[in-house]
Amino acid sequence: MPDKPTLVKCLVWDLDNTLWRGTLLEDPDVELADGVRDVIAELDARGILHSISSKNDYDLAWTQLEKLGLAEYFVFPQIGWGRKSDAVLEIAERLNFAPGAIAFIDDLPTERAEVNFAAPDVRCYPAEQIAALPGLPEFSPAVVTVDARRRREMYQAGFRRDAEKESFNGPDEEFLRTLDLVMTIKFADHEDLSRVEELTLRTSQMNATGVHYSDAALRGLLADPAHAVLTVNMADRFGPHGAVGVMLLERRPGIWHLKLLATSCRVVAFGAGAVILNWLVDQAARADAHLAADFRKTDRNRMMEIAYRFAGFTDDACTCLAGLGTLTGRDGVQCLHLAAERRAAPTTMRLDSPELAAR
Amino acid sequence: MTAEQAAEAAPISAQAVEEALLAFLAERIKTSVAVDQDLFGSGLVSSMFAMQLVVHLEEAYDIAIIGPELKLDNFRTVQAMTALVLRLSAARDG
Repeated sequence: MPDKPTLVKCLVWDLDNTLWRGTLLEDPDVELADGVRDVIAELDARGILHSISSKNDYDLAWTQLEKLGLAEYFVFPQIGWGRKSDAVLEIAERLNFAPGAIAFIDDLPTERAEVNFAAPDVRCYPAEQIAALPGLPEFSPAVVTVDARRRREMYQAGFRRDAEKESFNGPDEEFLRTLDLVMTIKFADHEDLSRVEELTLRTSQMNATGVHYSDAALRGLLADPAHAVLTVNMADRFGPHGAVGVMLLERRPGIWHLKLLATSCRVVAFGAGAVILNWLVDQAARADAHLAADFRKTDRNRMMEIAYRFAGFTDDACTCLAGLGTLTGRDGVQCLHLAAERRAAPTTMRLDSPELAAR
Repeated sequence: MTAEQAAEAAPISAQAVEEALLAFLAERIKTSVAVDQDLFGSGLVSSMFAMQLVVHLEEAYDIAIIGPELKLDNFRTVQAMTALVLRLSAARDG
């Protein structure tokens, strides 16, 4: 069996003789090539983003895309006269995707060759393949979640947010308060878990334990009275951030054991990790419980370690840890500890959350 | 002279670290602070900025801030961060 190909996260379109028939500068009324509209809508619904690399006049081309009713689908369009490989890599960088997650479609073999030469990880497709793209495995994610369908909307909200942040002249916290952030923590149900599965697949950076819990394992724990599976959603006045976090917590008398905490990279800048941890500490304090947290250092989760340490977790021993079924020692997993005390509510966002001690 | 060069050239002084930190904070949070002001308690910096502070100090002074040193109290004030930098630099050179 061949390995499953890496999924494409963004498809970059050429315009003339690819997205539309003909050349815009010669024919101001170019029409879409066959099937283009359906392919764009279908891939968008699967959570694959679209962008543009076209040698054209920006204003003319964008106006035409608006006229054709497609402009809203594209993020970071690169329309100008530079090299296409530069455009494609610029898009990858702006989206924070590896070049291997980018695909490029163009009718001209020279353009594909140029992109291929400068960015060999970018997969290139000729224009004749447009209609076939949705049938290819690299464009077919196994799970399409609610969040995936809204991914473009979330990215676009993100761009507006970034633009506003750049023009904001003041301390971080003050800016965060202008966003009307809302975090919702809830006990997970089966649908929440489908969204979380994607999160744990997509996010390794902020997975504190570095230990993967399969979808089946988490579902199996939904009904377990000793375990709580919680999901975290966030939104602000620009729109939804979607499902941004998941926790697996085992509660015993006197000691709560955080076995999994993963958050999306999208919400790091809002201090989401700190808000979640502070909430958890406060909940444990209300239940007169200490907190233990599994943590495995990886080369990508340093920010999570800082979040734990800043929340007050230490390496100190405590009698509460005796007999705890931790993963300590296995594959470099440490068990961090904290004697919980009451914490104040966050100052940068509204928090809707259940009472853990009560359930 | 950059902070990195300074760190290599001679033992760094508390005054130099404090001044560099005050300038860094003034630029990043667009507010001037006192050396003993509680940056977190006063709501001037977010937890995200705290993480940036960790990375900044490590790069500027060629130190590694790890494990138990990563506690919030070490970053609460300019004075606390200065003490941390001097202690870890001394440990590295000593």
